[in-house]
Amino acid sequence: MKKIPILLAALGLASYSGLAFAEADAERGAATAAICMACHQADGSGMNIAGGESWPRLAGLDAAYISRQLHDYKSGARSNASMMPFVNMLNEQQIQDVAAYYASLPATQGKGSEGADEATLKRGQQLAERGDWSDYIVSCKSCHGPDNQGAGDVFPGISGQHAGYIKAQLQAWKAGARKNDTQDLMGSIARRMSEDDIHAVAVWLASQNSVAK
Amino acid sequence: MIRTLSYAALSGTLLFSVNATASDATTQQYIDTLTELGYPAPKDDELVHIPPTMEDLENAKLHPELKRVIRKGYDLFTNTQQLRGENVFNNMNCSSCHLGEGRMPFSAPVWPAAVTLPNFRGKNDHVNNLEERIAGCFTYSMNGKPPEYGSDNMLAMSAYHQWLAKGVAMYPEQPIYGRGFPAPDRPEELSYARGEAAFEEKCSVCHGSDGEGLRVGDQTVFPATWGDMSNNWGAGIVRIFTAAGFIKNNMPLGQPNSLSDQESWDIAYYMSNQERPQDPRYTGDVKETLKNTEARFHKHSMYGQARETDGHVLGDHSNTGEKSFLKPDTIRPRTFE
Ligand code: HEC
Ligand code: HEC
Ligand code: HEC
Ligand code: HEC
Repeated sequence: MKKIPILLAALGLASYSGLAFAEADAERGAATAAICMACHQADGSGMNIAGGESWPRLAGLDAAYISRQLHDYKSGARSNASMMPFVNMLNEQQIQDVAAYYASLPATQGKGSEGADEATLKRGQQLAERGDWSDYIVSCKSCHGPDNQGAGDVFPGISGQHAGYIKAQLQAWKAGARKNDTQDLMGSIARRMSEDDIHAVAVWLASQNSVAK
Repeated sequence: MIRTLSYAALSGTLLFSVNATASDATTQQYIDTLTELGYPAPKDDELVHIPPTMEDLENAKLHPELKRVIRKGYDLFTNTQQLRGENVFNNMNCSSCHLGEGRMPFSAPVWPAAVTLPNFRGKNDHVNNLEERIAGCFTYSMNGKPPEYGSDNMLAMSAYHQWLAKGVAMYPEQPIYGRGFPAPDRPEELSYARGEAAFEEKCSVCHGSDGEGLRVGDQTVFPATWGDMSNNWGAGIVRIFTAAGFIKNNMPLGQPNSLSDQESWDIAYYMSNQERPQDPRYTGDVKETLKNTEARFHKHSMYGQARETDGHVLGDHSNTGEKSFLKPDTIRPRTFE
């Protein structure tokens, strides 16, 4: 994927693509992840926290995607008070390693869809799989891939992510608080979504398998 | 539930008499959403039709068996890859070009074919019906072999097209709002270099720098914009103005009308200068094929032209992509004699 080196060059981190760092090592990453466990949990499953700030599942996400998010927190392109102190503890090598580590963990299941009614789930499924073109909400799967389990290193898997986290991210995009997505691709969609739709798609996605079964 | 009406009531075709006020409001909202997305509002005499959705189908008073067949047609339209190797020999679904399940205006909504055909078509110089129109997109856009006329799959697909046209009178006299891929005005000059740079910047994240797109397993996420897995040289979208119209109105995905007219045309020109599988009308000689098809079709494409960057003559090859034949035998002239 071409975008990453370009982005890093712009941030003055071009040496990352050179020889300054050793290859990513998931085992070394496991040691680094010790400081992340309090929130993202030992198995990388994170936690859905109703009424509070949810911690995303990292297990099984694409390594390049994780690494880019960590760089974005570090540079301020994406901001979050809980994450900030921890990402600042990581050097470049540790970012690569911890990304490889979480990517290597078996994907876990999402929470937060419990008790959702059938109509909500049905609406969520429609948005995820077919979209709603009357509001130009393109189906999530046209970018996030088959069953929304991810496509390449730009479009992360969102199936089996926690409902609370999905909701918070869509709301952040809508409010303009998250804008580190390539070409505003996610923001363009999120801004067209109502609160009800955000809720519906979040709970439906949380109820789905994070990887092909 | 008939949601068709002519936008301005002056046409007097009486397309709406029942619930005129309710559908007026619905149509106004439909148009408002489109104009907010940057599409032009309908002209006074244009026919505006809001195609029914799959939810509407569930509530429609139709025979359950017909509903089942329409659902199958929908499924084939949006997941045409299920016919891979049989009828489809590239990475396309019908919905790869006909966005929003074939319902979106400015993305060549497919229902107009159901109410304007049978009709004469310049492309093949004879009268075509709906099945033959669908067969055309299979032959060229899907680089494939159409399902047999009258087969289950063909019937299911045409039933889906017809369902989308529900409520529109046959052979409407008004022009249809949002039909085809209307192109913006052609700028003075087109630039390959600018098109290439813009493609890299705005499109390659999904379609890849080499236009190869992206597949996950046996499903297409991002279709190929050129190359063996894309449409062949005979497909409508190889015409530069059609590609420019498609791009302006539909791409990048989720951001219609975000490119300038110049960018849309430059990118279309750049794409039109890339190779793809041979036109099924190929005679074995690109110049001869061009001569046969130029007036009706290829005068708008780069087929048979030398590429400005390296002199490569586009379409001068016998590569048919993944399929092992050039022309499906269902494509033949008709004389009605
Ligand atoms: C105090 C809790 C906490 C700790 C400790 C923590 N995180 Fe996070 N993490 C969060 C929260 C909350 C979010 C979501 C933030 C947001 O909304 O942007 C997050 C988001 C992330 C994301 C983005 C995920 C995505 O899908 O985009 C990554 C990657 C990440 N954390 C990695 C780490 C790593 C690596 C560590 C350890 C070095 C760590 N986190 C430590 C709470 C924490
Ligand atoms: C036009 C392409 C596109 C479409 C359609 C799309 N997304 Fe996204 N989405 C993206 C991109 C790109 C990202 C990655 C953002 C980044 O790199 O920071 C993303 C990220 C996300 C994230 C954050 C994931 C994480 O781990 O932090 C969520 C949640 C999400 N999308 C939900 C959705 C939902 C729900 C839909 C359907 C209603 C949808 N997306 C449709 C492009 C898209
Ligand atoms: C590579 C892009 C592409 C693909 C894939 C594609 N089409 Fe098309 N289709 C077009 C173009 C271009 C037109 C002509 C639009 C115009 O009139 O300018 C068209 C026109 C049509 C029309 C006529 C619409 C009208 O206004 O009368 C129908 C019907 C149709 N296609 C059906 C299909 C079906 C069914 C499939 C799948 C088997 C399909 N198309 C796949 C590009 C495509
Ligand atoms: C976020 C991903 C994304 C971006 C960015 C994007 N496209 Fe697409 N494009 C798609 C998808 C997905 C389809 C198929 C539509 C569908 O399946 O809903 C498509 C279809 C197409 C098609 C018709 C099918 C084919 O492959 O020929 C063309 C042409 C095209 N895009 C050109 C472009 C151009 C030019 C740009 C840049 C201006 C662009 N796209 C940007 C995702 C994208």
